[in-house]
Amino acid sequence: MSDCGKNLSTRRDILRAGAGVGTAMLGTVALPSLLRAQEAPIVIGHLVPLTGFLGTLGQYAINGFKLGVDQINASGGINGRQITVIAEDSINPETAATKAQRMIERDKVDVLVGEISSASALAISEVAARNKKLFIATGPRSDVLRADRCSRYMFCTDIPNAVMVNAVGTALKQDGMVEGKKFFTITSDYVFGHDLLKAAKAFFADNKADLVGEELVPTDATDFSANILKIRQANPDIVCLNLGGNQVTNFLKQYAEFGLAYPTVGFNLNTADAWAAGMGSFGGVWPTVWFDTIDTEGTKKFVADYKAAFNDQIPENHAWIEYITAKILEQSIKEVGGTDNEKLIDYLESEAKFDILKHRPAYFRKFDHQLVQEAYSFSVKDEGSYNSVYDMLQLGAAVPPDGEDLTTIYPADSGACKL
Amino acid sequence: MEIFFLFEQVVNGLVLAGYYLLIALGLSLIFSVGGIVNLAHGGFYALGAYLAVTLSPHLGFLPAVIASPILVALLGILFERFILRRFYREDPILSLLVTFGLAMVAEQAIRMIWGAAPLSQTMPSDLRGGVVLGPLLFSKYRLIMLGVVLALLTLIWLLLNRSSFGRVVRAGIQNPDMVAALGIRLQPYMTAVVMIGVGLAAVGGALFAPITTVHPAMGAEILTIAFIVVTIGGLGSFWGVVLAAILVGVVRSVTVQYLPAASEASMYILMFVVLLTRPRGLLGERMAKFEG
Repeated sequence: MSDCGKNLSTRRDILRAGAGVGTAMLGTVALPSLLRAQEAPIVIGHLVPLTGFLGTLGQYAINGFKLGVDQINASGGINGRQITVIAEDSINPETAATKAQRMIERDKVDVLVGEISSASALAISEVAARNKKLFIATGPRSDVLRADRCSRYMFCTDIPNAVMVNAVGTALKQDGMVEGKKFFTITSDYVFGHDLLKAAKAFFADNKADLVGEELVPTDATDFSANILKIRQANPDIVCLNLGGNQVTNFLKQYAEFGLAYPTVGFNLNTADAWAAGMGSFGGVWPTVWFDTIDTEGTKKFVADYKAAFNDQIPENHAWIEYITAKILEQSIKEVGGTDNEKLIDYLESEAKFDILKHRPAYFRKFDHQLVQEAYSFSVKDEGSYNSVYDMLQLGAAVPPDGEDLTTIYPADSGACKL
Repeated sequence: MEIFFLFEQVVNGLVLAGYYLLIALGLSLIFSVGGIVNLAHGGFYALGAYLAVTLSPHLGFLPAVIASPILVALLGILFERFILRRFYREDPILSLLVTFGLAMVAEQAIRMIWGAAPLSQTMPSDLRGGVVLGPLLFSKYRLIMLGVVLALLTLIWLLLNRSSFGRVVRAGIQNPDMVAALGIRLQPYMTAVVMIGVGLAAVGGALFAPITTVHPAMGAEILTIAFIVVTIGGLGSFWGVVLAAILVGVVRSVTVQYLPAASEASMYILMFVVLLTRPRGLLGERMAKFEG
């Protein structure tokens, strides 16, 4: 009995081996690559929240990563090795850390990928650093992950809060909606929100705007009626939202319900939350890292592939970021010739260029491991000029504009990140 | 000015209470008649929202909001007939487990049918907007909702206290064996009560769909609050639930005014204080089944 247990250590191993061989046989015909596919698969541990206020974004993330990995496996894997993904719901920071540890110890994952919550990402990053395991953080936006809480083993593909604020701020300044205006902020009460509020306050101070009220709301709050009454009491010029996940949706729907006239702007938005808010619920200017109408061949192909794979659904930015992360890993592992984490980190730090389906290629900065790329702002079209929520948002120009260095919208090296 | 703001929040809390009441009242009804703590109650709330969203493009907003709870109530017949009925006289732990499992099945079923991405539901534009009364602002939609809740509350109270149906149900709560001895079958009454209970949850879902995120886990989200309300009020007590819903709504609204970051914690603290002083809730009675 015990011998049997040693040979096939866990049920997961059997499944993984089976899945690897199975997909290899389906995907490839040539004999040499079939032989190479017998090599151990590359195992990626994937953690994103599938429950809680970020849960709906997590499903897009799972789909996006799956699409990327399926395409890689169908084309023969990376250097002949298939990819196996072990995906789990990260739930909260404590569970995320426990699961990351278990993936490293028991499942022997080669790389950790994922996360949307900044708090959970910090927890995973600590586990990754202790075990010297590469962790590509796909969704968290807190600036601290790129500053005092950065790590040699963590790379961030999403744009940080400071860039979100810059993207929207630039558009707001053009409309004369900053200087001398009274802002009221509603902020998510966890590390991401605090961090975003800090970036927003810096922006207000630099641009002579007034902050007449600031409100922290717990992440499990779903009713904002009392907060909306407080906004009316403060009588601001602009309401500024530093919320995350479905909080944005809930707030916008209820804000429309009360019919307050103060315009809203947001320093954070994921398009799925905007779609869920429905037509006629909101306006204003918002930042985004990617949008499905970006006019590049890569984005067009990705949107078509995603719709074909997932029931004609339109991908949102978390699907895109997971997809390009899979492709970044593919390129890196190919170049390095394996999954040796230290070599991979050296390669990523070499500022190698990656095609991320936008106009300009992106690269990781050596000093804070941030993927430097274009950002965008978008606005909501006038009510009645569109027929579906997927048609409701109008993508603005890329920031920084063509010809300007990409790093201009990113915070300069403050020395806070010590790798 | 400060006193106006406080008053405004208190009134807003009352409106909020109506919303909590829809979910908590059904939970409490099913408990008092069958002795079952229905952990799947949130699933019916979510289903009510999803059906309303799905039906409104075909039927229009208002017909969809009416049709959805009726469909869910019909589903409640199956729920009572094939699941709940087996557990009325069993150890409460069994019904807890089975309804807990069912809650997960319901959430996953919604994911499979409608997908994980949230759906959008927009209210008709003439229901949108605020009503300004002097310095006070109310949401027009929530005022209408409060009216619906009050009407339903009155109907249910009349049904339970002024009809022959209610007499049998109340007798069944107190002494089911005696009711049986008198030659009355309690089963159809149980079915009706479960239909009303899950139907109320679905009314909540259908009415709230335009002002909250319609996503698969919305049932789990609301269940916690519903339980807090029922626990504070006292399991099985009609007026206890009403009182508790008002308390939770008002406390939450007032906390947002003065200590916004503590707004979600406030109801847990309220429950803590109530349970310390009255372990069975504000108006709860001794429950032989649970207290041995």
